[in-house]
Amino acid sequence: MSQELLYWQALNRAMDHAMAADESVFTLGEDVGLYGGSYRVTEGLYAKYGEWRVRDTPISENSFTGLGVGAALVGARPVVEIMTINFMLLALDSIINGAAKIPFMSGGQFKMPLVVRVPGGIARQLAAQHAQRLEHTLMNVPGLRIAVPATPQDAYWQLRQAIASDDPIILLEHELLYFTKGQVDFVAEAPPIHRAMVRRSGRDLTIVSYSRHATLAEDAAAELAKAGIEAEVVDLRSLKPIDWDTCAASVEKTHRLLIVEEDCRFAGAGAEISATLTERCFYSLDAPAQRLAGLDMPTPYNGALEAATIPQAADIVAAAQQLCQAAQATKAA
Amino acid sequence: MDRETLHRMLRDMLLCRAFEERAAEEYSTGNIVGFLHLYPGEEAVAAGVINATGPSDYIVSNYREHAHALVRGTPARQVMAELFGRTTGMSGGMGGSMHMFDRERRFMGGYAIVGQTCPISIGIAYAVAMRGLPEVVVNFLGDGAVNQGTFHESLNMASLWRLPVLFVCENNHYAIGTEIHRHSAVPEVFKRVAAYNIPAEKIDGMDVLKVHNAARQALDRIRRGGGPQFIECETYRYRGHSMADPGTYRPAVELKAHQAWDPLTTASRELEFRYPTPDELAGIGRDNIKLFADHLIDGEHAVESEIEDMRQDAQKIVDDAVQFASQSAQASMDAAWNHLYQSHRHEVLI
Repeated sequence: MSQELLYWQALNRAMDHAMAADESVFTLGEDVGLYGGSYRVTEGLYAKYGEWRVRDTPISENSFTGLGVGAALVGARPVVEIMTINFMLLALDSIINGAAKIPFMSGGQFKMPLVVRVPGGIARQLAAQHAQRLEHTLMNVPGLRIAVPATPQDAYWQLRQAIASDDPIILLEHELLYFTKGQVDFVAEAPPIHRAMVRRSGRDLTIVSYSRHATLAEDAAAELAKAGIEAEVVDLRSLKPIDWDTCAASVEKTHRLLIVEEDCRFAGAGAEISATLTERCFYSLDAPAQRLAGLDMPTPYNGALEAATIPQAADIVAAAQQLCQAAQATKAA
Repeated sequence: MDRETLHRMLRDMLLCRAFEERAAEEYSTGNIVGFLHLYPGEEAVAAGVINATGPSDYIVSNYREHAHALVRGTPARQVMAELFGRTTGMSGGMGGSMHMFDRERRFMGGYAIVGQTCPISIGIAYAVAMRGLPEVVVNFLGDGAVNQGTFHESLNMASLWRLPVLFVCENNHYAIGTEIHRHSAVPEVFKRVAAYNIPAEKIDGMDVLKVHNAARQALDRIRRGGGPQFIECETYRYRGHSMADPGTYRPAVELKAHQAWDPLTTASRELEFRYPTPDELAGIGRDNIKLFADHLIDGEHAVESEIEDMRQDAQKIVDDAVQFASQSAQASMDAAWNHLYQSHRHEVLI
């Protein structure tokens, strides 16, 4: 039984279902209660579950995230909403020094069933302090897990799975995905939260991406098909851990790898993906793995400039064509 | 106050003192490595407060927490073994001096980021309040922590939602090496707390009885629904901030003056209250430690010999703890990997 939902609605249902199923689940953050959440994700929950389980907080990101850490230590299942990832920089002490390390430092005595939900990415002309990504920082923290749902179905599944998990999980939600539509099945069995998915099958090259750019990669693949190039699109769904087996199987089939990310290129997720898959699949590759990424630049306000700082679907098409030509040339030589 | 409680608190303080002095020795010989922040001088706070808590209450502490764990009841063996990095340590050798945890005793950890204990404490308290339980969270913090944003953010939320937290400020007047008048525009911590509509009082942290009474009353108020409470205990550490710190920034006269008000001396004087003559009590002047030692040497009072027995018992416990620690197995890499992630049932990829 599936129904069509917007991405934010899928998250909202996941919250509702998790809160109804387990009294230890609660959510807190700026304007999550009375206001209903700045992207409507917690809409209706305050009226249904009351203020102790849907808590409006002061603007104190580090401390209310740390509150979640403390509550998780004694078996509650907090879902902390940080209004945008830009404000998460203030909460990194609670996330990195707290949530990620306490289970380890305690010698495994404590679990950390904490979820931190964060809208992020580049939306529409929000300028540098409201338009960035932090996956590069979070990926480098042992003890964390990072889920990056690109579809309403994954938003539903991965939030439910994150709440059920005993490890701290950051759910990176893209601000431009909240109003995208998709079929959501509440009953179907979910794949493991960290499993990558092949969104489109192809033989000529593999495009590995995640979050909003996985959807752009699918658009690009449709375009490429018209030109006779069959791209396989792998949506990572999780950045920590990464499902290397699914990626490697695809690369070994197509022999070409293009990595697409919205985040800055330097020392970003793409660098890790390129390095690991090159190490693992070097002898399968017909050409060097290529990265298409955001520029190493704070996001400009100007709309045209903003668009120029991140890969667009047309850029993915061009990069894929170039990679296929390069690989042909290498083979011919 | 009953004799049993007095004895227990003195035993706790003697154990803490003996433990920490021995830890310093073991540090010098290289058995303990890393950062080691010792507690001598502040024993009255740990003993006074924690002896006022019940087994269902929670303790959250900072990186100067060995004494808090010992008073809470964690065996000295496990505390010492953690300092030695052994598998039998409180945290299996993964945490060390600054990160001691004892889930069974609701000892919720030692944290090494100044001020980090505040959000964690209000989080535990939030879960307690959400479930309507009669438990209280005791949060130890130093005077250095009161200048962190987390302190103010957490007091605000604790007060807003009337969370069951007892904040205990161990004000030893130094944020590492910076004296309180140089680090706080308002050096009276309790006054700053008043801004958040939280009852706060300042007490003599060198007097275990005053600390104990204040903590008991505050815990009662919290359990009756009075919301968070705050006590500022004025105390003093005899050593540097850590073993890496010789404490040279403190005037010798200041250190000496505070040692004269040794909390151990104050406590043992209370214990003797029903035994010594008024003359002897009057004779207790500023040099309490010397007088205390004289009493022990003289052994003229039953209490004094009891105190000596306690001192020896504490020493035996510490000796045994060191022996236990040194004979325990080193922590293993297998265990380290096991502790990293908890959700093994969701584990498919790592």
